[in-house]
Amino acid sequence: MASVSDNVMKFFRSSSNRTAGAAVPQKLTRRSSGMGEISRLLNSQEGLCVLDMGSTSANNIRFFTGKGHKNYSEDLLRSSLDPALRIQDSAGNTVVDSKKFLDENLVYANAQFDVVLCWNLPDYLEESLVKPAIDRLWSVMKPGGYLLAFFHTRDAGPDSTCYRYHVTGTDMLEMQEVKFAPPGRPASDKQSPRLQRVFNNRHIENLFRDFASIKFFLARDAIREVLVVR
Amino acid sequence: MDAPQTGEFAHIGKSVVIKGELSGSEDLYVDGNVEGKIELRNHSLTVGPNGNVKADVTAKAVVIQGKLDGTVNASDRVELRKSAVVTGDVTTQRIAIEEGAFLKGKVDIQKEAGKAAAPASS
Repeated sequence: MASVSDNVMKFFRSSSNRTAGAAVPQKLTRRSSGMGEISRLLNSQEGLCVLDMGSTSANNIRFFTGKGHKNYSEDLLRSSLDPALRIQDSAGNTVVDSKKFLDENLVYANAQFDVVLCWNLPDYLEESLVKPAIDRLWSVMKPGGYLLAFFHTRDAGPDSTCYRYHVTGTDMLEMQEVKFAPPGRPASDKQSPRLQRVFNNRHIENLFRDFASIKFFLARDAIREVLVVR
Repeated sequence: MDAPQTGEFAHIGKSVVIKGELSGSEDLYVDGNVEGKIELRNHSLTVGPNGNVKADVTAKAVVIQGKLDGTVNASDRVELRKSAVVTGDVTTQRIAIEEGAFLKGKVDIQKEAGKAAAPASS
């Protein structure tokens, strides 16, 4: 029987592909067609509600509040690793309590958000939490609201770097490698999350089947951008 | 911000636990546990690295190095240092967030009437 800590550790890569001892995480940039579409919406109205589901980003808060919008931050990936969410099922296997997860996270009024930025969350989140989280997002989004998510293509290997995306311009993103200490480990023991799965297009369409429309943007890197309308 | 000279601030040390409503007409440095409500309308609140505040806060400026769980209303600015862990909604004119700070909640920049809001910075 896997221990709770073993169960959590499967979410982290065994080693980083970055040079050991690098003091500052390397940042890359990419142009984002999906972010470009969202920026058009953000520029056309004021007072929108934006939910950013990556780690706290001063860049993003500055970008969205600078345009007169309200910014909500919630690092769902980090929250999903809480050991308190791990329970034993009837067979004695360690599973994630998705009900408790949703009791404590994504707790918002219905139809609150105009824009939701999932980034690469579905690729890294615990399997049993992905659909419940998307269903919850459907509930808290306004009809006509936009959701942007990034999905790895099959070209991405299991050790694909997990990035945090910072908005630096209308359609420009800065990518910063994500590393954090697994629960119960010291802060110095930061590790990178491991890619949990690669969705194919049919899986993505199925994931967002309750939404009004879905648009795919292909890029030269191993990422598909998906823009979904509630 | 370094730990202030105790003569410049009211100081709640790290062993102190307070439950209730705090209000005052001077700056406040909290490095202990406060639960309830903090109101310092024209002054600043600093939550030190050992501070653990579970309260709704109203102040002119709020600087957080420790933990704060509650709403923050700062008429001037909010600063989250790299060790800050904030759960709650923040309403202010300006906000500065250091790399490593954790925020779960809303940021709402309210422009003061007749002034343009200063840009947020990190």
